[in-house]
Amino acid sequence: MLISLLGIPIFTLLLMLQLAIVSRLPLLQGTADLMLLFVIAWSLHERVKHAWQWTLIGGTLVSLVSATPFFVPLIAYLVATAIGRLLQRQVWQTPILAMLLMTFVATILYHGITYLALFFNGTALPIQESISLVTLPSTLLNLIFALPIFVIVNDLAHWVYPVEVI
Amino acid sequence: MKTTGSGFWQTATLLLVGVGIVMFALSGFLTPLLGTVLSPLVNVQEWLATRYMAVYEFVTVPRDVATLRARNQQLEQEVTSLQAQIIELQQQLREAQVLYALLDFARSNPQGGQYVAAAVIGKDPNPFLKYVFIDRGSDDGLRRGMPVITNQGLVGQIDAVTATAARVRLITDPSSIVNVRIEPHRSEAQLVGSVTGDLTVEMVSQDAPLQPGDLVLTSGLGGTYPADLLIGQVISVRKQSNELFQSASVQPVVDFSTLQAVLVITNFRPVDFSPLIPTSVP
Repeated sequence: MLISLLGIPIFTLLLMLQLAIVSRLPLLQGTADLMLLFVIAWSLHERVKHAWQWTLIGGTLVSLVSATPFFVPLIAYLVATAIGRLLQRQVWQTPILAMLLMTFVATILYHGITYLALFFNGTALPIQESISLVTLPSTLLNLIFALPIFVIVNDLAHWVYPVEVI
Repeated sequence: MKTTGSGFWQTATLLLVGVGIVMFALSGFLTPLLGTVLSPLVNVQEWLATRYMAVYEFVTVPRDVATLRARNQQLEQEVTSLQAQIIELQQQLREAQVLYALLDFARSNPQGGQYVAAAVIGKDPNPFLKYVFIDRGSDDGLRRGMPVITNQGLVGQIDAVTATAARVRLITDPSSIVNVRIEPHRSEAQLVGSVTGDLTVEMVSQDAPLQPGDLVLTSGLGGTYPADLLIGQVISVRKQSNELFQSASVQPVVDFSTLQAVLVITNFRPVDFSPLIPTSVP
């Protein structure tokens, strides 16, 4: 359980990178989401035992910082983790493909929940522009960033959860 | 004895011949002969000297190349270091220019507002939203609702504050609505943001002579922003006879993609109308 506290400095560092650099590198109007990618890669890793706690930390941090209403990032990250854990049990033999698939699904899901939350909050966005200028470019950027994040998370998971020699 | 006498005569003969040759040489009679004899010797000497220099260079030049290479590397390192310094100084110069412009604006502003300068340190992670983060918070006197500007024009409004940082909603955010006045005909309208970051003035009366080039300023209505803050310029007008209002696209004067530093107007407090809104009595 205490190992989950390691998520606080890691997610803080990721969030700082996200706010200062990645959010300022848009493709059309879309940007990559390092936190979401980390949560996905972490939930897909077979060695990780505290994926939910890490997701809770990351989602709460983003929800506190972002202006997105109703703790949407936390909800989206938890849903992504749930799908990731399910996928990890089913198709664990091909984690990279699962990572790419999950990146695509989770980005669409996150943007869908954001769209609904903004709609209920009184900001109706044009759906066609939202998809073509925000969601699709964000998905592409996330897919590009997915593999490096997956490699980094893989190394981190091996460091956090070393192999137990009996 | 005989040998000794013979040796004497030989020595004397040689001496006489030598003195004779010297005398002939000094008097110039031997010059053609010496020229003929010395010429091949000079050629040989020249050939020998050339070969010697070639061998000398062959031995010594590689050492010079190594020295030159080391020197070149050292100079290249110095050039790289100086280039890095130039880039750093240019960055500092750009920041200083931005700050000078903000300071100049604060000094020359006729409204006499109180300002707090802040640096933009981040952007909201959600791409649907247009919010930025600044490095000043409630410790510096910042409060929710305070207007944020640059020396060029309106940027937005403080949305949330912590002790050392604040979140600013830009006027380009889809949920942002600013009451504006369009000059020179002083038409009232609303400026709304969008998911693409484009600005549009809406609710403009059909009678208003809206034209490209008109200036858009805050009107001060609603008490959310102070009046007369420049926002941008009308670039295209959409007017249809079957609609109640006309609208127009606005080019903002502030470049939101390269926003580095901003000013927060700290002596303006937005008017809170919520107590005046009637509530249903059960």
